[in-house]
Amino acid sequence: MLNTRWQPVAELNRLRSELERAFGQAGQGRTAASARVFPPLNLWESDDNLYVEAELPGFEMEELEIYVTGGNQLSIAGERKPPEFEGGAWHRQERAFGKFRRTFDLPCDVNADAVSATFAHGILTLTMPKVEEVKPRRIEVKAS
Amino acid sequence: MSTTMTGNEKQSGANSSPEQTYQSTYVPRFDIWEGEDELLLLGDLPGVKVDDLDIRFENRELTIHGNVSSRYEGEMLFGEYGIGDFHRSFTIGDAIDAEKISAEMCNGVLKLHLPKSEKVKPRRIEVKAS
Repeated sequence: MLNTRWQPVAELNRLRSELERAFGQAGQGRTAASARVFPPLNLWESDDNLYVEAELPGFEMEELEIYVTGGNQLSIAGERKPPEFEGGAWHRQERAFGKFRRTFDLPCDVNADAVSATFAHGILTLTMPKVEEVKPRRIEVKAS
Repeated sequence: MSTTMTGNEKQSGANSSPEQTYQSTYVPRFDIWEGEDELLLLGDLPGVKVDDLDIRFENRELTIHGNVSSRYEGEMLFGEYGIGDFHRSFTIGDAIDAEKISAEMCNGVLKLHLPKSEKVKPRRIEVKAS
């Protein structure tokens, strides 16, 4: 979905093998999903909230569109514009630019009105309060 | 055109001492642009703050290291990417004025200016009519 500026097929192949070499050795988990979907997401929870995080370096918060619909449908869209320089020459272009949209099914319903987002150092973090029904409830056991 | 820079493969990301660190190290993606006066490196290092960056230039070797600390609290449900330090090094073929190297960080993107030394800048040769 996110297009790189590489045009010739040969260059693309070279870039791909280079990235595979670089990222393949670097660590598992980073390559598997990120090869096709953008952006890769991490999801974690506390008792009250679901948290979703995405690495979006070079994006601006204003250029990101985030929606939660139907209680558990998360949609993130945005655009990253390529840098432009007069003249000169590119020796390496590994970073990707363009538009993306990703929708994601959250594992439980959240309160869409209370979702908050922060964007710092190229990392988007969404805090999504769970609806009351799915929050864990502590069962008190009374001694009889 | 010949490439003036090559990635240093020896250090590309693989964790050299897994016993000592819990996190993996990742290789950040870089674009490299060359203008008349400088080489410009643009790297994606999401989550790295200015204080977490260590950039060194020694013997034509440029090393960039970004510290990323663990940031999740709670129970991980689903993970599509790992987090860890970023590390990359480049061998710079051109003569660089090391004193004037400057760097800025914005939204997780590192912008590194490597000004060329005066002696390697392209010079226009004036041709006089005789």
